[in-house]
Amino acid sequence: MPQFDPTTFASQLFWLAVTFVLLFIVVSRFAIPRLGEVLEQRQKLIADDLDRAHQLKAETEEAIRSYEKALAEARAKAHDVLRAAQDDIAKAADERNKAVNAALAEQIKQGEARIGKARDEALASVRDIAGGAAAAAVSRLAGLSPDEATVQAAVSGVMKESA
Amino acid sequence: MASPVEQFAVKPIIPVAHEGGALPFYAFTNSSAAMVAAVLVATVFFWLATRKRAVVPGRWQAVGEVLFDFIANMIRDNVGKEGMKYFPFVFTLFVFVFIGNMLGMLPYSFTFTSHIAVTAAMAVVIFLGVTIIGFARHGFHYLHMFFPHGAPLATAPILIPIELISYLSRPFSLSVRLFANMTVGHIMLKVLAGFVVSLGVVGGIVPFAVVSGITVLEFFIGALQAYVFTILTCIYLNDAINMH
Repeated sequence: MPQFDPTTFASQLFWLAVTFVLLFIVVSRFAIPRLGEVLEQRQKLIADDLDRAHQLKAETEEAIRSYEKALAEARAKAHDVLRAAQDDIAKAADERNKAVNAALAEQIKQGEARIGKARDEALASVRDIAGGAAAAAVSRLAGLSPDEATVQAAVSGVMKESA
Repeated sequence: MASPVEQFAVKPIIPVAHEGGALPFYAFTNSSAAMVAAVLVATVFFWLATRKRAVVPGRWQAVGEVLFDFIANMIRDNVGKEGMKYFPFVFTLFVFVFIGNMLGMLPYSFTFTSHIAVTAAMAVVIFLGVTIIGFARHGFHYLHMFFPHGAPLATAPILIPIELISYLSRPFSLSVRLFANMTVGHIMLKVLAGFVVSLGVVGGIVPFAVVSGITVLEFFIGALQAYVFTILTCIYLNDAINMH
């Protein structure tokens, strides 16, 4: 077998050393740094992206928190404003009710006074008319002309009875 | 028909003066040419793989990265972080043996890993290197390799010779494994291919099918032996660095 022919050993070993050292230089100076660099870069890129994603997520959560806080504040404020407005309206309505009630009471009182007066006047004129009518009836039926005082007394008596 | 071992003959490509005796060491032979070709193929491959250095790798770059990670993980898993010092050497070793085995599969090419001189030289360098690393790191304690902690003292007369023999046989097993695998595979291919020719068009179909299958198997064995050679180097390195 040619493998056991020692005449070729020197050449094989020499070229093995030369080519192996050459390949070692290519691998250690060229291949490994360049391949390592690209792998490292990718690792770094991925790590950076992940970091950014984490940061953005934190920012988003912060924004959501502040938004919710603002929303709650706005809600509370709206509630306060609503309550104040309701109070104001209720107060104004109360006052107006009171004023209107007072005005109405005044008008009712005035109206009642007027009615009372009108009734008194009406009653007075009823007495006059009754007196007149009684005097006229008496003069027609009996041919008498009673004086004013008698007629008045008679009318007063009847009105007291019917009252 | 040519002898099946004729393919292993080392012949000078550039005529060189040698009077029947040994070739001079500088003689450029078919073996030398295959080694130089392996270095060139590796260089072109690394150039293609690292030309763009893109974040999203192309085909060549993806293969280069897989190779890089493959060897790096092999060292990390078998040796640990401290073994990364020897990453360039282990990487070179794997690439050299792997491309040597693959180039040998080309018709009319030469398989330099099928020569005991080449595999033995690499194995001896690895053996000496690992032994030196072991003594440099652990000093006299490295001799504990031959007598593990906890073993009863009475077993020393048996244990120490066994451990010593197994340690000293490493370069032999390492070199013979690769040399024998490559040699036998190529002889088998040659013999079976000879049957295809001698049995003619009709009868040759069966050996042709077998040769086709064996060729695929040989590619697999070539890759596997490169892996085995490299991982055994890692295991020896682990013994030297961490002891066991």
